[in-house]
Amino acid sequence: MTVESTAARTPRRSAGTTGAKSTAGKRSTAKKSPSGEPELVQLLTPEGKRVKSAEYDRFVAAITPDELRGLYRDMVLTRRFDAEATSLQRQGELGLWASLLGQEAAQIGSGRALRDDDYVFPTYREHGVAWCRGVDPSNLLGMFRGVNNGGWDPNSNNFHLYTIVIGSQTLHATGYAMGVAKDGADSAVIAYFGDGASSQGDVAESFTFSAVYNAPVVFFCQNNQWAISEPTEKQTRVPLYQRAQGYGFPGVRVDGNDVLACLAVTKWALERARGGEGPTLVEAYTYRMGAHTTSDDPTRYRHDDERAAWEAKDPILRLRRFLEASNHADEGFFAELEAESEALGRRVREAVRAMPDPDHFALFEHAYADGHALVDEERAQFAAYQASFAEAEGDN
Amino acid sequence: MAETMTSTTSTPVKSMALAKAINESLRTALDTDPKVLIMGEDVGKLGGVFRVTDGLQKDFGESRVIDTPLAESGIVGTAIGLALRGYRPVVEIQFDGFVFPAYDQIVTQLAKMHARSLGKVKMPVVVRIPYGGGIGAVEHHSESPEALFAHVAGLKVVSPSNPSDAYWMMQQAIQSDDPVIFFEPKRRYWDKGEVNTEAIPGPLHKAQVVREGTDLTLAAYGPMVKLCKEVADVAAEEGRSLEILDLRSVSPLDFDSIQTSVEKTGRLVVVHEAPVFFGSGAEIAARITERCFYHLEAPVLRVGGYHAPYPPARLEEEYLPGLDRVLDAVDRALAY
Repeated sequence: MTVESTAARTPRRSAGTTGAKSTAGKRSTAKKSPSGEPELVQLLTPEGKRVKSAEYDRFVAAITPDELRGLYRDMVLTRRFDAEATSLQRQGELGLWASLLGQEAAQIGSGRALRDDDYVFPTYREHGVAWCRGVDPSNLLGMFRGVNNGGWDPNSNNFHLYTIVIGSQTLHATGYAMGVAKDGADSAVIAYFGDGASSQGDVAESFTFSAVYNAPVVFFCQNNQWAISEPTEKQTRVPLYQRAQGYGFPGVRVDGNDVLACLAVTKWALERARGGEGPTLVEAYTYRMGAHTTSDDPTRYRHDDERAAWEAKDPILRLRRFLEASNHADEGFFAELEAESEALGRRVREAVRAMPDPDHFALFEHAYADGHALVDEERAQFAAYQASFAEAEGDN
Repeated sequence: MAETMTSTTSTPVKSMALAKAINESLRTALDTDPKVLIMGEDVGKLGGVFRVTDGLQKDFGESRVIDTPLAESGIVGTAIGLALRGYRPVVEIQFDGFVFPAYDQIVTQLAKMHARSLGKVKMPVVVRIPYGGGIGAVEHHSESPEALFAHVAGLKVVSPSNPSDAYWMMQQAIQSDDPVIFFEPKRRYWDKGEVNTEAIPGPLHKAQVVREGTDLTLAAYGPMVKLCKEVADVAAEEGRSLEILDLRSVSPLDFDSIQTSVEKTGRLVVVHEAPVFFGSGAEIAARITERCFYHLEAPVLRVGGYHAPYPPARLEEEYLPGLDRVLDAVDRALAY
């Protein structure tokens, strides 16, 4: 029984524009390359050469040089912010940082495919998506500095709080999408997660629920090859995008270091969601260039040559090559962006250093919305305890 | 269903079973707030395995009374997402022992979302759990896990003992902007009582003195309140006056009402089906010892389940607090 599909989720698109639907089934059985590896959707090669795609070109056909420079700028500034945060951790200003280095294209491509009314459910590494949603980068650092556990208003930018337990948010996204459908809205929802999270039961349950209720949700899996120290082979025996097939919705693997391809494939998946065609799984095949977090030591479990191979596929470098080859950007653009990057780094640095510690009583705040007698009692005890020091001072 | 108008005014007072009272309460909520949703396994066409949601899908449709896949984490996790979208889901966990796949979503997400967002997000989700033993069921169908939820900041935990409270506490739980774990005493589902659907209810988290007494206080909630009344009847025949406090709420606990009663009687026995070890009775004993140290004539005693897995049905009478075990504790407390 599909509650939503039979009632609120009637396709809103006219019959003439349901091209995505007709090709949907094919995608879950993607073509294999001669080596047996599933083919990636790729629109830009690592050398920056534009590759044609019969299925996805239409989603980026109208893209302007200005928008291409915008994607490049997004990726450069996100990387700069990320590097600044890593430095701030090394300087003791942050307790921890989870770097997105290497995943800029996956995040900016998918993030820029979204409309303002769409809703994002991230994990803790989605700094590039946050950037696309207009969340101020310094707001992301509160939880890593230890002054809050998130704290931005999710509804200001339709960007939910970072979820640290890696699979949980896929169910929240599915529920939210069920609500979108009930409201009769044509917004879409996107849930970010990774190759490690794909093993979580909640992800499996979110696939089940979203399929059964035909929820307008896109599951965007960044397969960055490593779940801390465990390679993807420890999570799955099939390419992750193929998991969708068993749930009855399409899955596709996209070159996660190709910002254009990520943009196009996510737009396709969002179009399906808006058109009442239900969930889609996008596996963005990418690489975590850095450590899992600043507490991690990847030299214990992986070789440098692997990283070097992925460096050649760098997402920023390939778009730069394309921009230069097609004369879409000149030296002035890159120089200006360099200056803007440094200014962003400086601003983030200053914002973090100026971030005040929370008031002691903040630990009792917001435990409940409607209050709780025990919290009131313990807050009063804590206040009396604190005040006793002031009294002792006074006695001296 | 039998209806008896017991009032001469226009106030509708109906006699109904506890399960029906919850059903009526859910119906009222669905009727008055379009954001209220019912979700769970078999809650739609079947009306729930205990028929608590009987007829609701027929009257409010599949979009509001939702039969879910058999996945408890998915039920609570999607309810969280729906709450983020502005809905007020009331989800059913079919039996107490089935809640644990959802425990992560409840503890890690539902309980903490409001604080995590510094108050910007509210989680008006009710998790209904039929709980407790005494119905001769198979494993996982008779447990009392309320302490596991009361231990978690961000959750509220309540349990009604009678149809009137079941009706009103459900109304209040649904109106709460905090997540409420609503433990329904399944062995009392078929007990009838009067429900005034136009009454002005007392606060959700306030205990009620259901019988006044002078010699000893019995504190209980949910299914054990009825047992305590039977205990008090027997004790009265022996010349002992027991006061009974229906706690109604396990988190927050109404320590003020317990204190008031204990300052009068000087003795306290806490009764629950859940294991005594680290149970709510332990917390009550500790706090009341602090608050009423000079009023206590005896240590606070607890009667509850043993530190053993809930037994097969043929042994549950030995495991659960019964009339004689509670009376034994009363005797021991009075012997000091």
